[in-house]
Amino acid sequence: MRISGLGQVSRNRPVSFAFNGKHYMGVEGDTLASALLANDVHLVARSFKYHRPRGILTAGSEEPNALVTVGEGVAADPNIRATQQEIFEGLVARSQNCWPSVDRDLMAVNDLAAPFLGAGFYYKTFMWPAPLWEKLYEPIIRRAAGLGALPGAANTDVYEKAFAFCDLLVIGSGPAGLMAALTAGRAGADVILAEEDSRMGGRLLAEVEEIDGRPAHMWAAEVIAELEQLDNVRLMTRTAITGAYDQGTFSALERVSHHLPPSQSLKTAHRPRECFWRIVAKASVLAAGAIERPIAFCNNDRPGIMTAGAVRAYLNRWGVAPGERITVFANNDDAHRTAQDLVAAGVQVTAVVDSRHDAPDGDGFPVIKGAVVCDTAGRRRLESVTVRSVRGEEKIQTDCLAMSGGWNPSVHLTCHMNGRPRWNRELAAFVPVDGVVPGMEVAGAANGAFSTSAALREGAAAARAALADLGLKGQVPPLPVASEEVYRISPLWAVPGKGRAWLDFQNDVTVKDVNQAAQENFRSVEHMKRYTTQGMATDQGKNSNVAALAVLADATGRSIPETGVTTFRAPFVPTSIAAMGAGAEDQGFKPRRYLTTHAAGLEQGASNVEVGLWYRASYFPKQGETNWRQSCDREVMMVRNAVGVCDVSTLGKIDIKGRDAARLLDLVYTNMFSTLKIGRVRYGLMLREDGFVMDDGTTARLGEDHYVMTTTTAAAGQVMAHLEFLIQVVRPDLDVRFTSVTDHWAQFAIAGPKARALVDALVEETVDGDSWPFMGCGEITVKGVRGRLFRISFSGEHAYEIAVPARYGDALYRALVAQAESLGGGAYGMEALNVLRIEKGFITHAEINGTVTAFDLGMQGLISKKKSCWGKALSERAGLMDEDRMQLVGLKPAETAQDISAGAHLFDPDATVERVNDLGYVTSVGFSPTLGHMIGFAMVSAGADRMGDTVRLVDHTRGIDTLCEIVNPVFFDPEGGRVRG
Amino acid sequence: MRITCPICGERDRREFTYRGAALKTPALEAGIEAWHAQVHLRGNPAGPLAELWHHEMGCGAWVQVTRNTATHEMLGSVLAEDAGLAVSASETEVET
Repeated sequence: MRISGLGQVSRNRPVSFAFNGKHYMGVEGDTLASALLANDVHLVARSFKYHRPRGILTAGSEEPNALVTVGEGVAADPNIRATQQEIFEGLVARSQNCWPSVDRDLMAVNDLAAPFLGAGFYYKTFMWPAPLWEKLYEPIIRRAAGLGALPGAANTDVYEKAFAFCDLLVIGSGPAGLMAALTAGRAGADVILAEEDSRMGGRLLAEVEEIDGRPAHMWAAEVIAELEQLDNVRLMTRTAITGAYDQGTFSALERVSHHLPPSQSLKTAHRPRECFWRIVAKASVLAAGAIERPIAFCNNDRPGIMTAGAVRAYLNRWGVAPGERITVFANNDDAHRTAQDLVAAGVQVTAVVDSRHDAPDGDGFPVIKGAVVCDTAGRRRLESVTVRSVRGEEKIQTDCLAMSGGWNPSVHLTCHMNGRPRWNRELAAFVPVDGVVPGMEVAGAANGAFSTSAALREGAAAARAALADLGLKGQVPPLPVASEEVYRISPLWAVPGKGRAWLDFQNDVTVKDVNQAAQENFRSVEHMKRYTTQGMATDQGKNSNVAALAVLADATGRSIPETGVTTFRAPFVPTSIAAMGAGAEDQGFKPRRYLTTHAAGLEQGASNVEVGLWYRASYFPKQGETNWRQSCDREVMMVRNAVGVCDVSTLGKIDIKGRDAARLLDLVYTNMFSTLKIGRVRYGLMLREDGFVMDDGTTARLGEDHYVMTTTTAAAGQVMAHLEFLIQVVRPDLDVRFTSVTDHWAQFAIAGPKARALVDALVEETVDGDSWPFMGCGEITVKGVRGRLFRISFSGEHAYEIAVPARYGDALYRALVAQAESLGGGAYGMEALNVLRIEKGFITHAEINGTVTAFDLGMQGLISKKKSCWGKALSERAGLMDEDRMQLVGLKPAETAQDISAGAHLFDPDATVERVNDLGYVTSVGFSPTLGHMIGFAMVSAGADRMGDTVRLVDHTRGIDTLCEIVNPVFFDPEGGRVRG
Repeated sequence: MRITCPICGERDRREFTYRGAALKTPALEAGIEAWHAQVHLRGNPAGPLAELWHHEMGCGAWVQVTRNTATHEMLGSVLAEDAGLAVSASETEVET
């Protein structure tokens, strides 16, 4: 019900919206919650477990009940708090967790079964049979319980991420926050003032009081107006600080366009839905205020039962009375203000029920002292409360109960870096401990200073402390005059009684559940939380934590400080993953690395494969080829019989120069490179410091002090970082410099019996066996461009790699392919390259998988005995030379037509297929058109001694179970005649 | 978390790659025991620790950062090449 003449909303600006299919009118400045209350809609939700009718409990982000789905279709946002959602023209919202409607919810039958559904019910009831859990129990429970559902389609909304830096971050804009921002702003500090509400002002918007002789909200408006004029102050509304991290880093969630009609948000107006901020502040002031806590009594969860502060907020800020006959139930003086404000607004207050015998008297309303509310009635809306006092029990007809069990300072952010709050007996609340977040001062209600005057004072003091640390001086604004009320409270957590008394509204956790947890020995507050689910889900126990642990303390005979609190963790408010992951959808910021031959490959119809960030041609289908294997087989045979061209530019290329270049290479490689002759290439192996193989590749010596190293594509970055480590940390004395030239050179493999013919035709220099012997290298000129030629082979064929500056890559590649085609050859891709190297016994990172040693690969001979190298010491550990270690072997199926697969495991044919009998695993496979059957590599225990053995290959994933023979890993041309020819 | 690179200044820690404790490199010929201690036997203190970070997404410098592992407080950084972690040159020369 809207009260005329009250509130700070724009009454002359009506806004229409729909809730559960019905149309309502609100006004500009309304939240969905205030607009529904103005329309006398109280039943807005059904509870998580028992499907109890629920109304609006609070007026802030801590709301546990009034969670709604806003929007329709894929744009629907579930679990939006009606207390935060601002209304706009055309807003569509609906209740959740109810069917067919919030008024008539069939699952409310759960409420009747409540005696069976207490804490631990699921754990005890759905124990066996175990397989039914996933298939039957969990789906049923999930459907019955829960919050809102996602639309089920990809989110089309836009989210954003942003970064900000400042001198002082002020969190919260109540009296303490405004005063802190004003003090620091006037002193010239770079200030960010963050407020999760849509308006600055905090409780000043919700209270009837004066600051400096003006209504408090008008004083706030003046301060905000001044702050807006200061260039060094940034005001951020709708921005909740969600976490405190190292070195003054804070996360924040800004609700950018939830309050706008879809036409004004999203892509059309370049406004994201939400923005996730990282804010780095040299200092911070936490002025987050306090959150009022309910009292647990029988049936305290009916629509119409709200916190007293919320009732006051709806009345004073939005001009809405949540009832016509309102009762107040409290254990503290603060709640009496609710009665005062209601009476002043002309709303009937039936009574203030105060549990304290020394409660103050009321002015215009009766106070029943030493009394409690012990029960309530009314199914879809509160109808009456039962009050128990020394005079016995009496029923009061009422449609709204404003309750207050006291206020909890919002200490959350002070606990994000391992801080624990301290119990304050006088306030019956936890308060922050100083200095637990470096650079953070806590001020006002968040610090347990509940009067407006104290909040203003602490806010100013906190800012002055921060300014002193920043070395900033300025005129300190005079402290405004405000009320200095004393907060008096006498703890009351739960009213004794028979029925269910809710502690955690969101998770349907009652006093009984906490007692039961204690009885079943879940006495630690952390165990109680997990056993009962108290404090979970979107509100994270903001309303219920302290009362629940007080009940637990009582049940276990301990004090509240002994019982302690659960850990407060980020985020302070629910944060959508879409916001945190903004910018990382799909490709995100991940670069795509294209080869210089990318376009030419696509013209050839190449199918590309991602190799790290690179895109490489997988195969080049010719007319009539219908699957990749046909193309791959043809390309392999083309290389074996004629000539093939393949872009190998993705291999890491590191140009190394300097007087000590050879020394660096001798340090990093297991084998000797200082003795390599100029104009020659050598294969090398490098180890990690623990003795396992890091990478392999070839390095060419182009001059006395000049080498070019190649790494595998996969390990290019790792090797580069390793070399940097060696010359910066281990041997800074070496006179050597290197740089990655991977992107500078386009490099092509030319392989096959006709490779020399092809190269000779294009290169200006004479290319013959004398000038370019196997493992020779040097500079050449190709079509007028200076390049490099290496006679190396990854296929076992007579082969070269030719490198030119990348800008000539496309042209050279086209020339090479055209020439190859004239010789009966052509381009080949990654698939053929893989088959060629397996046929020849060459390894890649499928084999160098971080667990293998040179010994395992049969390459221990490459570890030079004449010198030391990085990793050599630990490579000589006994365990790394054990004959039973898994060693590299070749594998072929016993029957020619049989398929084999990488990832399969190997067993003795007589052994059962179980882990203890595992002999090893398959690392690479391919179909060899040269041999007419599948071939592969495997790492097999004592593999070198098993040549000719038959093993059983089992791949449960692909359903392969077959016999294989262990063979030498070099399948083709073991003598190497072709490569040298 | 932000780390100060002696070359680039204070930078976001996501520009850096972590390696571990900054330890003096044993001689390559120091033997299995010395290298075992180097690689596997680490103090892992809860408190100040000199450690190596690589400014891989920045200038490429290896930086010795002193950090309190319990609080993430940054206590100082120097270039690793000035941190005295190197193996002495004579110890690694090739036998000829």
